[in-house]
Amino acid sequence: MRLIQSIDYAAISPPVIVASTGVVVLVADLFVGRAARRAVAFVLSLVGTLMALGAAAWLARTSSRHTLCLPDGCSYVADDFAMFFQLLFLSVLVVVLLLSVAGVVQDRMPPGEYHALLLWSVSGMLVLSAARDLLSLLVALEVVSLPAFVLVGLRRDDARSAEAALKFFLFSVVSTALTAYGIALLYGATGHITLSGIADALARQHAHPGAMSAMAAAAVVLVVVGFAFKVSAVPFHFWTPDTYEGAPVAIAAFLSVASKAAGFAGLLILLLQGFRGYADVWGPVVAVIAAVTMTVGNLVALRQWHLVRLLAWSTVAQAGYLLMPLGVAATAGGRSDHELHLAAQATLTYLAVYAAMNLGAFACVAAIGRRFPRLAIDDVRGLARSSPLVAGAFALFLTALAGLPPGVAGLFAKVVVLRAAVHGHVTWLAVVAAVNTVIGLAYYLRVAAVMFSDADGATVTATVDEVASRRRHVTTSAGIALAAAITVLLSVYPQPILDWASHAATLAVAR
Amino acid sequence: MSAALPVLLAVPAAGAGLLALAPVSDRIARVVGVATTSAALLVSVVLAARFDYGNGARLQHVVDASWLPALDVRFHLGVDGISLPLVLLTTLLTLLCAIHTVGSTPEPGRPRQLLALMLLLEVGVLGTFLAADLIVFFVFFEIVLIPMYFLINIWGGPGRRVAAVKFILYTLLGSALMLVGFLVIYSQAGTFDMVRLGHEHGGHISAGVQLLAFVLLMLGFGIKSPMWPLHTWLPDAHTEAPTVGSVLLAGVLLKMGTYGLIRIAVDEVPDGARRAAPALAILAVIGIGYAALACLGQRDLKRLIAFSSVGHMGFVLLGIATLTPIGLQAALIGNVAHGVITGLLFFLAGAVKERFHTSDLDELGGGLLAKLPMTGGVVLFAAIASLGLPGLAGFWGEMLAMLGAYSPGGGSSRPLFLTLMALAGVGTVLTAVYFLAMLRRVDFGLVADRWRETAVHDVAVADVVAWTPLVVLAVAIGVWPRIVLAVGESAVSGLLR
Repeated sequence: MRLIQSIDYAAISPPVIVASTGVVVLVADLFVGRAARRAVAFVLSLVGTLMALGAAAWLARTSSRHTLCLPDGCSYVADDFAMFFQLLFLSVLVVVLLLSVAGVVQDRMPPGEYHALLLWSVSGMLVLSAARDLLSLLVALEVVSLPAFVLVGLRRDDARSAEAALKFFLFSVVSTALTAYGIALLYGATGHITLSGIADALARQHAHPGAMSAMAAAAVVLVVVGFAFKVSAVPFHFWTPDTYEGAPVAIAAFLSVASKAAGFAGLLILLLQGFRGYADVWGPVVAVIAAVTMTVGNLVALRQWHLVRLLAWSTVAQAGYLLMPLGVAATAGGRSDHELHLAAQATLTYLAVYAAMNLGAFACVAAIGRRFPRLAIDDVRGLARSSPLVAGAFALFLTALAGLPPGVAGLFAKVVVLRAAVHGHVTWLAVVAAVNTVIGLAYYLRVAAVMFSDADGATVTATVDEVASRRRHVTTSAGIALAAAITVLLSVYPQPILDWASHAATLAVAR
Repeated sequence: MSAALPVLLAVPAAGAGLLALAPVSDRIARVVGVATTSAALLVSVVLAARFDYGNGARLQHVVDASWLPALDVRFHLGVDGISLPLVLLTTLLTLLCAIHTVGSTPEPGRPRQLLALMLLLEVGVLGTFLAADLIVFFVFFEIVLIPMYFLINIWGGPGRRVAAVKFILYTLLGSALMLVGFLVIYSQAGTFDMVRLGHEHGGHISAGVQLLAFVLLMLGFGIKSPMWPLHTWLPDAHTEAPTVGSVLLAGVLLKMGTYGLIRIAVDEVPDGARRAAPALAILAVIGIGYAALACLGQRDLKRLIAFSSVGHMGFVLLGIATLTPIGLQAALIGNVAHGVITGLLFFLAGAVKERFHTSDLDELGGGLLAKLPMTGGVVLFAAIASLGLPGLAGFWGEMLAMLGAYSPGGGSSRPLFLTLMALAGVGTVLTAVYFLAMLRRVDFGLVADRWRETAVHDVAVADVVAWTPLVVLAVAIGVWPRIVLAVGESAVSGLLR
């Protein structure tokens, strides 16, 4: 075996660019004056992200590249699936950077550290989506999480922020430990670490059950549980609302979209590529988790009065919809190549739409938070009169999350995941999801209705520091506009994203 | 390929967009509203004039463009003998509502937003009637929810918030189940195209799946129709909604349910329809009887009309459940007649409420005919039309539905349907009873003391313009039902082949 491998630097360029931008930002922070720090950190991060986006777009157009290969498979594969996620992560990062500008000022966070940590976390996500062996996946997952702990706790003058960071840290460490334990068991059971090697070994074992197959089954479930924490699926969701509430809003947005997408990237790779042979083991688990997740998330969201907590529980519910297509593996008919491909396509499509609409919703909350730091639902009463654009955009994102026109993008996304479920013969899951849409509508629409009803007058004047609040923040508005533009585009013509998700989902079929 | 249908959708959509975005004055907003709805009516009349009535079963003025190949969804629109009368009804009633808004805008004013929402509603309803692809149908069906929610929530009565939430949650539950039903059909038939599904007539769908799909669709459309016991959102929504909201709700929104049941459930899963028809018929007849009894106990004029809607739509559902050409014809003409007459009744109830600031029967306390002869006269006419007097539009739907039940199709049990027919007959008698009781309490008698001194104006110009077409139609359809029946004749027999 050769110890020194040639590395295809073009293939790994997006994570490398992002990670080194993080270093540059941190170093530059030391050499510029206090006044220019925020601007320099923002501009450098944005430039780095756009460069990485360019590199990823170029890679997405060329054929897939493999690097860091062992005889039984490659560790890093820049295929359609990886590029789908990398472009998603980088686009999300652009919006999060735009939202951060106001947040860094408002929460008095150190700009250099903030931007560097954000970039490093994303570099972990970029690697995660392309990693095809268990160790790379684990390391990438850690690179995603470690900077995120610090980011959550970066609002140093707020005790809730520290509590949020601690909770997030403890939950995450436990989940990673479970994953690591599962990986160790899998290595013991199969003798492989690359997914293709594990897939073959598991398929053989499953066909001829032996002493190892029980261990392998346990390992599969452990690894799935680890990722279930990341996507905040019930019952591993408890950290979500507290962490989102305590974190800076831009970071909450980042966690709810990018971090969750990273979790799904890992889940899809593992379940569809590595653990395909054990689909009858993880299929029912995923189906039940999906049903419980959407129901619990929606029911608890009904009782929230804090906008960020409401969105936090809504992201829990959305995780249920995202998991639902993978539940098709619970039935024998749902485990064929075609059904699983449809399921993967559905989850990917929903993720892309979810990224746009959820990021938009958080962006609106960030804008609202500048005026009403308490972020109570009652505060937004009459918002449609005082700031019609923010209210209109927020209403668009909320209806999209609910899956109703005018947010048609969300409706298509719901159709896609429901179609996958019905096609895969888990009609019961589709009916649960259908009922859940109605519960979801109750709270999404409540917020929209409050915004469009007339203000009582007293509540508005009491909480507003008019001078500071009236000034619109350019970058926050740009973030909202970007998310709204993408949501509208996906509402009118979602075909490209469907096609692209279909290409990316071939990983469910091909070895 | 014809541009007529996209134009029909684009006209109100453009009006809605203009009113939503351009901060024009209230006066100009009203002009734009009436102009747009008139233009939409004009387009639909031209559409009707160029419709090939000899070929009513065939989808005409078809638009079929690729939209989302990855989902097998095509932007497929068309109009046939079943949808054409409903399209005309929609454009007419929306115009009349726009005219009504010129006369009086409900509290808290803001006619620009009100009209924008009404136009958006029109887009959704028209799109639903024109769609020839299940997903397109679903998207338009959903578009209707949001404007109606805001119509009730902003311009409604004191209990509007609860009513609006109840309306939207109930109907969304219906459409969510309906969507699952569509996907069940798709999972076996492999297409969302309603023309192809109608052509195959359930051929590629196994019996069990057909029953599952039909039950899901029956629940989904049943909530919208409304079908007993899924009707409980309707009285609240009607009572709280502003006049235009009630008119559009009764006049066109409920029809989306029965239309969907005929067009999608009966046509595409016929085997499921045959097996579930007795259940549908029983629920329909319970609805008729329940609504009549509920009406007898009502104290509020708008609530009474709302419950009478449940009864009338019960006849429509009974007609559908017979699975006979006569029964489906009854459903079609019942739909149109109910839209015309109940639309008129809600205009009148709104007028009464606006003038007396109450719609409580006891507080009104009789003498409307003496106090306001014109309004009282039209109330008398509309109530008699609604109770199904022969010679007026309401008669045909009820009579034909019972005639259909006399010899049911689809292999349903004849004794069951004969019993149901008899019960429905009792329902018609009760309907007459409660409408006459309502007339006695509101229309006839002496003017109540409390109103004797109050000066109340009778009809305004906008009222005359809004009511006259409906009165004329109620007579015209009553005297000469063929103007509706002939349009749907061939299409209906196509459904039941």
